[in-house]
Amino acid sequence: MADKFVAKFARLVARLTGGLTLRSAGLLVALFAALLAAPYLVNDYLLTVLIIILYFAYTGQAWNIMMGFAGQLSLGHAIYVGLGGYLAASLFVRFDIGPWFGVLAAIPVAVVCGAIIGFLAFRFSVAGVYFAILTIAFAEFARIGFDHLDVVNASAGLFLPVGQYVHNDLWRLRGNPAMFYYVILAATVLIFILCRLLLKSRIGYFWLAIREDEQAARATGIDTFRYKMYAVMISAAATSFAGVFYAFFYNNLFPEQVFSIFRSIEIILGPIIGGVGTLFGPILGAFVLTGLAETLNSTLIALGVDLPGAKQVFYGVCLLFVIVALPEGVWPPLARRLGLAGDSR
Amino acid sequence: MTFLLTLDNVSKRFRGLVAVDAVSFEVPEGSLFAVIGPNGAGKTTLFNMIAGALAPDAGSIVFAGAPIHGLPPDAVCRRGVGRTFQIVRPFAALSVEDNVIVGALLRRNDIDAARERAQALLRRLELYDKRNQAASTLTLPDRKRLEVARALATEPRLLLLDEVMAGLRPTETDRMVAILRTLNRESGLTILLIEHVMRAVMALASRVVVLDHGTMIASGAPADVVRDPAVVQSYLGAEVL
Repeated sequence: MADKFVAKFARLVARLTGGLTLRSAGLLVALFAALLAAPYLVNDYLLTVLIIILYFAYTGQAWNIMMGFAGQLSLGHAIYVGLGGYLAASLFVRFDIGPWFGVLAAIPVAVVCGAIIGFLAFRFSVAGVYFAILTIAFAEFARIGFDHLDVVNASAGLFLPVGQYVHNDLWRLRGNPAMFYYVILAATVLIFILCRLLLKSRIGYFWLAIREDEQAARATGIDTFRYKMYAVMISAAATSFAGVFYAFFYNNLFPEQVFSIFRSIEIILGPIIGGVGTLFGPILGAFVLTGLAETLNSTLIALGVDLPGAKQVFYGVCLLFVIVALPEGVWPPLARRLGLAGDSR
Repeated sequence: MTFLLTLDNVSKRFRGLVAVDAVSFEVPEGSLFAVIGPNGAGKTTLFNMIAGALAPDAGSIVFAGAPIHGLPPDAVCRRGVGRTFQIVRPFAALSVEDNVIVGALLRRNDIDAARERAQALLRRLELYDKRNQAASTLTLPDRKRLEVARALATEPRLLLLDEVMAGLRPTETDRMVAILRTLNRESGLTILLIEHVMRAVMALASRVVVLDHGTMIASGAPADVVRDPAVVQSYLGAEVL
């Protein structure tokens, strides 16, 4: 029994590390070590920026499962963030049920929501742009619905109790930024590993085939409906955890903010800039985008200039630059330059 | 003689146009069978009905003893029918090897086993040296052979080839003919070709069906069929007579 488990685990590790060059393994380890050490090296402000970066790396990775792997463009991922956040926060505020149980409740709800959207779209052949519009519509339904839902305080917003915490309570996700940092770092590492395993398994190959040419994928025997459903449900489940994290990190939820289309767009900017369909793109994209935006922000503050919307303009410029100059995203050409071309996937 | 595929009175109309009109024929197991005909004869419509891309309006298609008409294309493939596309559709961004691995994963779960199978097929289709290239970088003849490899990876009993020779130079056509003939001889694979290129049909097929305006106007051995007056008239024009 134990032998069997060990053998299975060894196979998993082999699959995970298979095809990884020494060079990229070294770089990954170095990056991970730097991220592990970060809370001891930077101040609270920078740590908060890092938390936001990792949050976007995580959600970008989750979105990438749908778009980057299976080729299904979702512009409404805020719905899964919002559902996860609202569910876990309500359980916490009303029944004093901790966020980890909240995650267990959020995941099935997000999966069902994703399954409904997926079923409607894939059964009735709503594809491409129309599928994207459908995902926006659902996020908007949720926004308007929650705006009128009194159990979660409707448009007045839901607040989590905030206090000074002497020590971190990981079980209840109450504590200082360093704790939140390690939670989102662990989540980002886990989803990275999950995505790599998925890509290196049967489901990943089938997703890529669907992304490349759905008709050819069907002719190759792939039940495209089923595999697209898997993509939506896995992506929704992963994103809902980000929602729980969001709620407990920010301690407030407003339907207008959480379900806003801008939230959905923010999620997808990272992977687009980093490289859709790559494993490292969402991480790199989150660092580049959030890093630069925060730099811009603090520079403006230091200069005493008040420019509301500067961040949005900056995002727009970044997106424009990447679409024109680096249509694959930043990571694939960078990977080739670093001599990691084989691992860009 | 056992028949792997039986078409019985298969018809398809697109509004007013009858694309395929009550076509019936049987494809013997292990044969190299060709469907030919001029442009617009209904060849591709017929092909798409067998492959599950279109459902016939009437008639039945029986594969290996079970009706397959009206099944979706992925189900038809899982039953054991592999196909290629007239206009090639490789998974462009994937490597040549990964394209074939996708096909091989239909019958197995293990990636390494699928890769082994894919590499064996790529050797047969003379693409092994290009296995790490992206499929989008291949030339047309290579892409056509890649499609055949991907279809074969799904382990079909019947391979449907939609104008797999179209656009190939004569030397490339001969290369493809040689590969297909070897496949048929060595593994007993049944092949149904839809073809325009007479050179390939004459060299390959043991039996030919000729379609014109959706109806079957002749069938038999290739050498006999090309001398059939009705075929000559529809194919080459009446003035040749």
